[in-house]
Amino acid sequence: MSIIATTNLLEVDDLTVHYGKFQALKGVSVTLAPGETLGLVGESGSGKSTLGRAVLGLAEVSSGSIRYLGQEISRLDRAGRRALSREIQVVFQDPYTSLNAMLSVGDILVEPLLVQGVNGAKARERVQELLDQVRLPSDAATRLPREFSGGQRQRIAIARALAINPQLIVCDEPVSALDLSTQARVIDLFIEIQERTGVAYLFISHDLAVVRAISHRVAVMSGGKIVEQGPADQVTSAPKDDYTRRLLMAAPVPDPIAQAERRRARLAQAGKVPA
Amino acid sequence: MSTVDLEAATTPAVATGQDRAVLRRFLRNPLAVIASLVFLTIVLSAVFAPWLAPYGANFTKLALVTAPPGEEFLLGGDGAGRDVLSRLIYAGQLTLAGSFLTVLVAAGLGVSTGLVAGYFGGWFDRFGGWMANFLIVLPGTIVLVAMFTLIGPNIIITMVVLGVLIAPNFFRLVRNLVISVRNELYVDAARVSGLSDGRIISRHILSVVRAPIIIMAASVWGIAIVVQAGLEFIGLGDPTTPTWGSMLLDAYNNIYIGRHLLLPPGLMIGLTVGALILIGNGLRDALNGEEAIIVAPRQRVKDAARAEAAVPSVPEALLEVQGLSVGYAGRDGSTKTVVRSVGFTIARGEILGLVGESGSGKTQTALSVLRLLPEGGMVTGGGIWLEGQNLAGLSDAQMQAIRGKRIGYIPQEPMSNLDPLFRIGSQLCEPLQVVGGLSRQEARGRALALLERVGIADPHRVFMSYPHQISGGMAQRVLIAGALSCDPDLLIADEPTTALDVTVQAEILDLIRDLQAERNLGVLMVTHNFGVVADLCDRVAVMRGGEIVELGAVNDIFARPQHEYTRTLLASTLEDAPVRPPLVPRPPRRQNAGAET
Repeated sequence: MSIIATTNLLEVDDLTVHYGKFQALKGVSVTLAPGETLGLVGESGSGKSTLGRAVLGLAEVSSGSIRYLGQEISRLDRAGRRALSREIQVVFQDPYTSLNAMLSVGDILVEPLLVQGVNGAKARERVQELLDQVRLPSDAATRLPREFSGGQRQRIAIARALAINPQLIVCDEPVSALDLSTQARVIDLFIEIQERTGVAYLFISHDLAVVRAISHRVAVMSGGKIVEQGPADQVTSAPKDDYTRRLLMAAPVPDPIAQAERRRARLAQAGKVPA
Repeated sequence: MSTVDLEAATTPAVATGQDRAVLRRFLRNPLAVIASLVFLTIVLSAVFAPWLAPYGANFTKLALVTAPPGEEFLLGGDGAGRDVLSRLIYAGQLTLAGSFLTVLVAAGLGVSTGLVAGYFGGWFDRFGGWMANFLIVLPGTIVLVAMFTLIGPNIIITMVVLGVLIAPNFFRLVRNLVISVRNELYVDAARVSGLSDGRIISRHILSVVRAPIIIMAASVWGIAIVVQAGLEFIGLGDPTTPTWGSMLLDAYNNIYIGRHLLLPPGLMIGLTVGALILIGNGLRDALNGEEAIIVAPRQRVKDAARAEAAVPSVPEALLEVQGLSVGYAGRDGSTKTVVRSVGFTIARGEILGLVGESGSGKTQTALSVLRLLPEGGMVTGGGIWLEGQNLAGLSDAQMQAIRGKRIGYIPQEPMSNLDPLFRIGSQLCEPLQVVGGLSRQEARGRALALLERVGIADPHRVFMSYPHQISGGMAQRVLIAGALSCDPDLLIADEPTTALDVTVQAEILDLIRDLQAERNLGVLMVTHNFGVVADLCDRVAVMRGGEIVELGAVNDIFARPQHEYTRTLLASTLEDAPVRPPLVPRPPRRQNAGAET
């Protein structure tokens, strides 16, 4: 492997991904520093999830590069991928289908440890540590996923991602299936874990408010391209790009007066007369 | 047996429970337990035949040829003077072992190839599918008879070939199950964890396919016994070792002098096959989980509703709900209450938001107004009035008419509420013709006008389209057009924008607002999103645990929430959450040891 001095954890450069004839990513470039959260926001079909899957090695790359600590990882073989699994982990959107319903929570959490050759007693100890980290009761290990609520299941998925202490976690809509109050708590947990462990997040969401709350930087995607990228506060409150502005204006704010204002502005911008 | 259709016998039970729970449910099923005991007895008696049978299989007593049941030969003697009971017990050996061999071959071949084809796909999958089709169209019995002429009586080889012929059933079952789990997120997660394919198959995939395989194996075993008996019956067996089929043949040859000979082998085959099928069914039921919930009789519902609040308190309201309770009947006869004494009113031209988290009872409340509660759900108390008319007092047919003409409904998942087999146009026209009584031409004109009204740029094209040809936002516009088609007074919208992108959501909310103003509609808006409430609603009811904790004008509730829970919810919205402080640069950690291999 090449030795390149770099401060970036992840560098995606001019990445293109095809699904059959459909071009899901059209030359996307992003970077991620250690301990940083890059929020990827966009609507369905924008390519945000495809970017996450490409980084995880779950989507085949057509052209461009993905470098992790300077090392090209977009065309790794199985063994290379397996080695990389110590470094890059994932939390998926749906806490119901991302956990195998037939395995106990303990078995689910032990899985990544077994792959890395962590043995019985040590693995069990680590499972307890992980449950503690995500604030689940220690008897959770012996129970089945279905005994837990959506928010608790997502904590299990986070614990699984943390198990082998990765430096990067790809989070694909991890809070969009959760209730409002649960959502806020899970985001707090994500932030707290980041501050303690220095893990970096590639955080994918369709919700600008969620991305704003957790990200240091935000990239807005549309039609397989990044239309705007910058500091979270700027992109989510004073966007420069037209599409980002439309996205921001379309999201209703939970305040009737402010929302009436936003609606008027949106309709005016679209050239419609407000009702 | 040219094609053995096993698909019907095995609904692919996606196993969810732990083995112990499955076993417990299996043991609670009396039929399955009895069948298991019967089958176990038959197997054990075959295994211990030398000790159990009173005579050897070929012990002959010429005096007792075709003798009726008697003291010496308990079930009589066969055409060659042998003891029927002893032969029946010995015959179990080859019959059961031979048919089990078929199961082993069929399952071994079908499951292994099905796993590979389903998991890896590609050329192997295509080739496997082609082979499976080829084997299935082969006329099995003819193949077996032809083989007999080539290699003579060899029951072992015959049963192996039968196994190969049945293997496609296992192949198809396993392949389809594997494809359905291969793309599950937990399999992706396992891949990201670095699990090898072998480990993913054994940990995540086998556990899902195991149960359906066992169920299919039970029925294949039964089928193999029948096929084997059939072959022996037409004389294609090995005459030196008894089987139930060859005993049937002997009985048939002596049908005029010893009719009683037919009964023992026939009964044995029937009993064994029946037991195997019952065991398979019992397993399937045990794996599918608990029995269906008991549906409570509707009558009770109406009585309860009539008995309580009998008059509306706000007669001029468009909709009044008073003291509404909704319950679900549990298996043990108890009722689980999901909505408790909920009351609100909606005036003409007013939008009421019903907001809450999952499980708060907001959708159940809306569905009970429509009388569309899912199986097992019932209104257990309270009253619902539409302009003073008590909806609880109506028959189902009358309620149907109200739903079509006076209350429109916009569901959450636009796509799953359109029938994929029919064009949008015909789905819109049908209620206009049936409920609205319009002619075909009038209905078409009206549907096109509605499509245009809900903001569809090219109504003709959408009218002729199938649901899969339009986007989710477009589908929701079509459903709104459908809800408006019979000019309702009240619109019930259940999370109408939750499945949509935020820019599409804004357009749909605009549309609902415009239509509501234009037609002076009352709207019940069910949502979890406070942004939607702020955008659209005049008043809002906050629900938690089946109860309304706070109800009031939107401006008041957002500015001065009274209830603790409302305050918590509003505080959880992220719009005002602080932005993260700038990132403190830090060097990357060295890669974990062993990662750079």
